[in-house]
Amino acid sequence: MSVLSVGHLTMKFGGLVAVNDFNLELEKGEIVGLIGPNGAGKTTVFNMIAGYYVPTEGSILFQGRPIQGRKANQITKAGIARTFQNIRLFSELSVIENVMIGFHCRIRSTFLGATLKLPLYRREEKRMAEGAMKLLEEVDLTDVAHEKATSLPYGKQRRLEIARALATGPALLLLDEPAAGMNPSETQDLLQLILRIRKDYELTVFLIEHDMKFVMEICERLKVLDYGTTIAEGPPHEIQNNPRVIEAYLGEVQRAQG
Amino acid sequence: MDPNANRNALLSVLGTMLVLAMVHLAGSHGTEYQIRILNNIAIFIILAVSYNLINGVTGQFSLAPNAFVALGAYTSSLLTLTPAEKEISFIIEPCIWPLSVITTPFIVSLVAAGLVSALLAFAMGFPVFRTRGDYLAIVTLGFGEVVRVIANNTQSITNGPLGLKGIAEHTTLWWSWGFAIVTIFLVARLIRSSYGMAMKAIKYDEAAAEAVGINTYWHKMLAFTTSGFFQGIGGGLLAHLITTISPTLFTFFLTFNLLIIIVMGGLGSTTGAVLGAFLFTWGGEWLRFVDEPMDLGFTEIPGIPGMRMVIFSCILIFIMIFARHGIMRTREFSWNWLCGKLGIGGRLR
Repeated sequence: MSVLSVGHLTMKFGGLVAVNDFNLELEKGEIVGLIGPNGAGKTTVFNMIAGYYVPTEGSILFQGRPIQGRKANQITKAGIARTFQNIRLFSELSVIENVMIGFHCRIRSTFLGATLKLPLYRREEKRMAEGAMKLLEEVDLTDVAHEKATSLPYGKQRRLEIARALATGPALLLLDEPAAGMNPSETQDLLQLILRIRKDYELTVFLIEHDMKFVMEICERLKVLDYGTTIAEGPPHEIQNNPRVIEAYLGEVQRAQG
Repeated sequence: MDPNANRNALLSVLGTMLVLAMVHLAGSHGTEYQIRILNNIAIFIILAVSYNLINGVTGQFSLAPNAFVALGAYTSSLLTLTPAEKEISFIIEPCIWPLSVITTPFIVSLVAAGLVSALLAFAMGFPVFRTRGDYLAIVTLGFGEVVRVIANNTQSITNGPLGLKGIAEHTTLWWSWGFAIVTIFLVARLIRSSYGMAMKAIKYDEAAAEAVGINTYWHKMLAFTTSGFFQGIGGGLLAHLITTISPTLFTFFLTFNLLIIIVMGGLGSTTGAVLGAFLFTWGGEWLRFVDEPMDLGFTEIPGIPGMRMVIFSCILIFIMIFARHGIMRTREFSWNWLCGKLGIGGRLR
């Protein structure tokens, strides 16, 4: 059974068709990339899967269960975590608090139990703190655990956002331009990080990225969107030489020559 | 986690005992006027700390605390007044059954006040949290007024504009400060728990909070209901302090004063709310001298009633200009911080 199965997904904003008839099957453990020029509708696809938009048409099955139309927090609890294109950390909270919040959706303590610090909550709080520290180790941020989240440099903020997403215990990770704004060595570290967490946490990864070198290296399969329509899909080396993809990115060849 | 946890717990217990000792001293040696101000401070601490939970911590700009204070005040008063007293008070229309026959002890009526206010907050939350930002402020402002207008017009329950008189003066320093300490303790613990962190997450970025699996709607409801509970208790204590309540007591000005307190103290800081309540109540009394005629030696200024509000406003304007995030910003008092300042065993991070 595939982890995520998206069928005929369509999103219309008034008269504008942002995404048209999008189909996707993700198998467990895959890393699949979604690419396309600016405004192609990539983030809209993410927002539909993650529950920020209700699709106009189509179905989304996660581990065999329909999730379209559910609220974002319910989808996260079901096991899909995401990061954002423009990093969205909890600015005034510390790095470790940002990660600890990710564990909150899984705690069993009630509101009163947590306020009164009953034994169950004490145990869970300890587990949250330890879990958060372990995740910070994973993304190499332990030395800044008590700094304010927004005081970190850009690359570290991106890694922190991934750690926070992992804290929610996902089976599927949606990464929206994880390498944006990173230098080549940071990008290389990120690549290793994604491969490592896929193995350690048995993740399936679906990512949007503009850095082609990164995409070609990490993704096993690619889908290409242009004006909301899927124009190509397949392994990276095929996509690289696909004339329709080149056209979408660079404009029509003949017209460019003429 | 904190290596100083045991020491800090001990200091908290000692600190609480110190406050209670001061309450005892004030109760036995203070003048009636001083005791009244101390009671006011404690009640405003309860109201401000709980108001800060929804406005400062969760970041939802509610303007409805006057509704909860009013409901708490009326609920508790109607429960402690004896049937005979109610019969005398309700001269236009008699009090409806079963309120006309019920009398409960003070503590029961206070808890009932809290619960009824919490219930109102919970019910109000359903429509209110469908809105955000400015719209939420306007909707809650509306609800605040609605409750006051209802209090004014339900003659057989609230005695309308005549209000309730002859409420027993149950609120002593022990009651008010006892509840203030309990409120601070519980709200501070709530804020430090993961539920409190989730509430802060909503304030900083609601979309990201949803992305980490926080049910933002439900957490706002929790904060609003908890806030309503303590405001109801605060209202009950207030009614049994001033012994006469009427709808005019619970206008938007009450909300406005609370807003000043939490903004002055620092939105999001419980410590700030406590400091703000203290400064606002005590400062307001201290400034009374400017209302009176003053002899400056060469000239005499006649007393201008209301002059202190002008000065108070100026102070607030200065705070808004020079310390826009309030006294405490979002920081909190901690024993680690104090010990670090004093240089005793301070292992600060």
